[in-house]
Amino acid sequence: MPRTNEAGSSVAADAETRLRALFLRGLAGEEAAYRAVLQALAAHLRAYLRRRLFGWPDDVEDLVQDCLLAMHNKRHTYQSDQPLTAWVHAIARYKVIDLLRAKSGREGLHDPLDDDLAVFAESSTEAGDARRDLAGLLETLPERQRLPIVHVKLQGLSVTEAAARLNMSESAVKVGIHRGLKALARRVGVLS
Amino acid sequence: MKTDDLIAMLASDPAPVARGAPSKRLALGLLAGAVLAALAMQLTLGVRPDIAQAILQPGFWGKLIFPALLAGAGFVTLALLARPGMRARAGEVAMLLLVAGLWAMAVSAWAGAAPPDRAAMVWGTTWRACTLNIVLLSVPVFAATVLALRQLAPTRLAEAGACAGALSGAAGAAIYAFHCPETGLPFMAVWYVAAIALVAGLGAVLGRRLLRW
Repeated sequence: MPRTNEAGSSVAADAETRLRALFLRGLAGEEAAYRAVLQALAAHLRAYLRRRLFGWPDDVEDLVQDCLLAMHNKRHTYQSDQPLTAWVHAIARYKVIDLLRAKSGREGLHDPLDDDLAVFAESSTEAGDARRDLAGLLETLPERQRLPIVHVKLQGLSVTEAAARLNMSESAVKVGIHRGLKALARRVGVLS
Repeated sequence: MKTDDLIAMLASDPAPVARGAPSKRLALGLLAGAVLAALAMQLTLGVRPDIAQAILQPGFWGKLIFPALLAGAGFVTLALLARPGMRARAGEVAMLLLVAGLWAMAVSAWAGAAPPDRAAMVWGTTWRACTLNIVLLSVPVFAATVLALRQLAPTRLAEAGACAGALSGAAGAAIYAFHCPETGLPFMAVWYVAAIALVAGLGAVLGRRLLRW
């Protein structure tokens, strides 16, 4: 139906403009903008993935989290003159193909995904339950990665405060967070 | 963990991201690999003894410029393939056109030669060593490039692996050109390209495993 498509594409174009601006501010280190854009991206990804993983509704929320973690860890690969839609879509597509390949072996190799970049066309804020326990996974990280994440990322201390409390240097805290989130993404990938 | 908690965790105190970091990482990887390969070349094979005369010959420059151009196109293509959602088709076409151009010149040189000389233009005297050495010299470049790529986010792993292979093979060939005593364009069109294609093929296979994230 042309009308729905038009409405959908103008919604998507608005989202692109708004989210791209927020994302760029997030990349510059602005916390509120970064949180807002991650929330909006999660809602878009949820709707997008729900349609594409209709056979496995239980996997949707896990995959939303995978994608968020991957986007955070790989955010330096976004080029500021590139449409955010294209970047997000490519990451979501990669993660879906990875999941399907792991699930169905050879079946996953033929590509069930479209190329229409419709990832921003709809959004859903109703989060399903993640089956995988990320908090539990966090526990499996070594202390020098886990504690910086807990202090800075979960309890909201500054890097300086966390460094003093943990008796670590500030750069060791930053490296711990960085490596810890990477390790978390890897463990997530192994489980799915 | 709920998705909202994950977002809160990721968003608290986000470190600012430097611009242009991906290309810099790749360039540093390539440079490190090329330096290693050049050292390995100097320590094992050595630069050809008649290099002072060789640099006056167009044949020497052809053997250097073709792989260097191919490596340059490969680098630009790989920097695109390393980022989600970027199109790299133009770079891939440029690489194929470079090979096609070399082949066109080689065929014309071959056709213009007297028939008894043609076989020697293709086979030279060192085709086995040449192919093997280019493949071996590409190994450090490939390893360093893959390490850099793992910090980035290629979404087409076989394609990115093949491109990393072609780039490494071309860099290996450019370095080997300082040792290589052959002069014919047909020799280069067959054996240099064969070695580069072999590394690209290996890169496609390895890329699927090594580049996952």
